[in-house]
Amino acid sequence: MLVQGIKSRPVYTGLEIDVNARRHLFALEGEGIEALHEQVKTHGVEFLKTADILCVGSLPKVTAEYMWQAPTIPVLLNRLRINLINAKMGTRLYLSGTEGFIGQTMKLALDQSIDFNSIRTEHRGSLARRVQCVHCKGITDDVKTSPYKCTHCGLNLLVRDHYSRRLAAFQGVCIDAEQPGNAPPPVEMFP
Amino acid sequence: MSVNTEMAVHVAKITQVAEKVKRFRFERIDGRPLPVFSGGAHVVVAMRDGDLLRRNPYSLMSSPYDQSAYEISVLRVEQSRGGSAFMHEHVKLGDTLIVSQPINLFPYDVRGRKHVLMAGGIGITPFMAMMDQMTNEGSNFELHYAVRDRSHGAYWRELTERYGAHRIKIYCDVEKLFIPTDAILANQALGTHLYVCGPSGMIDGVLGKATALGWPKQNLHSERFLAPPPGNVFEVNLNRSNKSIVVGTHQSILEAVEAAGVDAPYLCRGGACGQCETSVLGCDGVIEHHDIFLEPEDKTSGKKIMICVSRVKGQAITLDL
Amino acid sequence: MNIKFKQETFRDDFTYRNSPDNIKRFPFPFHEDKYMYSVNMEPHVPAGPKGYAFEHMIDVDEHYVSEMRDRALVLKEDPLRCQVLPHMMAAQWDTLELLMEQKAAGYPEHFSLTKDGYQWHWINRPLGIDDKFTFGDPSTLPYEPMEYITRQAQGDFCIVDQRDGNLWMDAGMVTTQADWSLDFDIGMNFMEWHGPVPLAHQMGVFDRALKFLLNLQQGKPVRRLNWTMTINPRLDTSPENYHKWGTDRMTVTPENVGDKVHLRCELQSLWRLPRSNAILFVIRCYLLKMEELVTVPKWGRRFHRVLRDLPSELVDYKGLTKFRPMTIEWLSKYDDGAATSSGIFPN
Repeated sequence: MLVQGIKSRPVYTGLEIDVNARRHLFALEGEGIEALHEQVKTHGVEFLKTADILCVGSLPKVTAEYMWQAPTIPVLLNRLRINLINAKMGTRLYLSGTEGFIGQTMKLALDQSIDFNSIRTEHRGSLARRVQCVHCKGITDDVKTSPYKCTHCGLNLLVRDHYSRRLAAFQGVCIDAEQPGNAPPPVEMFP
Repeated sequence: MSVNTEMAVHVAKITQVAEKVKRFRFERIDGRPLPVFSGGAHVVVAMRDGDLLRRNPYSLMSSPYDQSAYEISVLRVEQSRGGSAFMHEHVKLGDTLIVSQPINLFPYDVRGRKHVLMAGGIGITPFMAMMDQMTNEGSNFELHYAVRDRSHGAYWRELTERYGAHRIKIYCDVEKLFIPTDAILANQALGTHLYVCGPSGMIDGVLGKATALGWPKQNLHSERFLAPPPGNVFEVNLNRSNKSIVVGTHQSILEAVEAAGVDAPYLCRGGACGQCETSVLGCDGVIEHHDIFLEPEDKTSGKKIMICVSRVKGQAITLDL
Repeated sequence: MNIKFKQETFRDDFTYRNSPDNIKRFPFPFHEDKYMYSVNMEPHVPAGPKGYAFEHMIDVDEHYVSEMRDRALVLKEDPLRCQVLPHMMAAQWDTLELLMEQKAAGYPEHFSLTKDGYQWHWINRPLGIDDKFTFGDPSTLPYEPMEYITRQAQGDFCIVDQRDGNLWMDAGMVTTQADWSLDFDIGMNFMEWHGPVPLAHQMGVFDRALKFLLNLQQGKPVRRLNWTMTINPRLDTSPENYHKWGTDRMTVTPENVGDKVHLRCELQSLWRLPRSNAILFVIRCYLLKMEELVTVPKWGRRFHRVLRDLPSELVDYKGLTKFRPMTIEWLSKYDDGAATSSGIFPN
């Protein structure tokens, strides 16, 4: 159970613009705007004419049909939910930023019956993880070390690569369960 | 393949439902209930035609919850390999046939917020069962059904009466009423799924339009009624069974293999599901791939063949069977 | 066949024991003297000597009543062990129908099912249940259909939806698992939920298994055997409670191996469900302590060899590291090096 190097972590295939989409909906966080800049370099600005861009952090340096800046992630998520409820088929969703951001926005999309294979994602910025403690189910954001101390129940948790789309989090499992008190010191793994 | 789950049925009723369309009702000979199935499923019906054993897949159109009988509808096709001609002209009330367990390669995605169904001609059959199921499960659907003319189109009146005009839209070629595909595809909310069943050209057209309008492939579903095409006669060497057989002009490799008493896996018999994929050990000729399952690299490699529909232009092929 | 149900515990004082007849029917998972992953699926049909675990397609044994009591305790502590995603209602009814029909057919003295159209009457004598309900109407049952029937069936149950050329774990009752979390894995697809298993991915085992299962047909269930080891006859070895049971692994001594170390076998069966086109994945768990295992000489010899030669990645992944050397040492007394017959059944 505490084996390292397992295969079920998410893979971000890149923000590749779908030239067939009739509308493009972007949710970007922090350095995620760089992913959009790169797509403009490759595809030009045509697709921006039918694009809605929602951001946390600075706005991208583009001119799109509509851009909106949110102060925090929860505020963006509220707005994204409404955009998705009103969207029509033919709308392509693009997500870019930290894994925690991608996970939370993806979760919203899944709740709106969008198939996750149709969403384009690109990781940008910190490698810090959202982790769910398998024991108390508490979620901790911005975890940079393994092990780390669960901010809810205090157990020392190994951060696995096993990832749940539904929870938008990696799994944390007690690292010293067999010999309590014998946890190795935290090592920065996800800067 | 060692467990036999086929069922013997007798033909309990035959109804002419439209010009060139007959409905057949099958009931189990041993009186036991037929298995429940899910809308979109088909059965493979095996029937004796002289010394030829025909095996044809047909969509189940009866209610999935009706365990007293299975119903299928068969379109009499002009250039038929004989399957539909046989059903229409030779199968009589009381005849015994063998049906397989239901197999579903065209189920609906229950997570969808809405389901848009498009049927062309006899492609209506799987949707009959599907709409019964969707009604039972409270799913939101609408059907767009294209027929050549009202006398050739089957079931359009019953469907409109049962489900109402807000769900059932009928389009008639001779009346110059065609499915407004572009408008339908442009106006659906995120989370809508599209299902198409009918002639290959219609399916290709609709799916092509949907993709061009930005619909992801996860939301597009189709079922084709592909029949194995004819071709030249060639030899098949079965490596493991140590047999050499001849495939006739109007016979598929799968049918020839079965006639020789060798068991080969299959599910759809139409080149779509992948179950009959067989390794090619050698080929004296060129493989003609007629399936929609293999990847392009697999087709060009010449190392794999879907024996239910594909053929060889040439002398012979050696298969790992 | 009238089963005598035991009163025993799978926690705290661990009074669980196998009666001698129950030892002989254990689904021993090794057909040869070594072990590696394979797509070892075979048709799920009756096999083996009379009374063997493969005689009935849904197996009920002497531990039934006590296991159900332990399940109820686990669910009380942690309701997240039973979850169903919203689109799986038809599959829940498929599962209820399958389990009720199989149990009533296999053990008519313990279970009865009578149907009058959609009005069903279910009697479960060992658990004292007598319920009338309408098939298809969840409001007529005290729990949703899957939870209702799996609270009365041994083993874990996962309902796997088939979509987009893949399988998705979209519902489950998981209280006797060897170490994975339903709450975490629900919603994952086949490759994702098998992510943590070492070696098998590179071997292509999962690609072949997935292809096989996508073509699983109605009326043709399949089965396979999986295994691991547990210290004490503890059913709930979940990751959720790992910080509570993990220390069990440190309590093994050369003297208590025979009593504490258990072979844990999962008899897995897979069934294509009719209304939902989903697949029911049954994971039926059997526990056998070393002392009981060696009463079958062939098994004593074989398990010694399997454990001794097990690849290190599997030792790690199955959590055997701490007690494996002691167990091999203990088992070596029962391995005289003689040849063993192939196949799993006792001679």
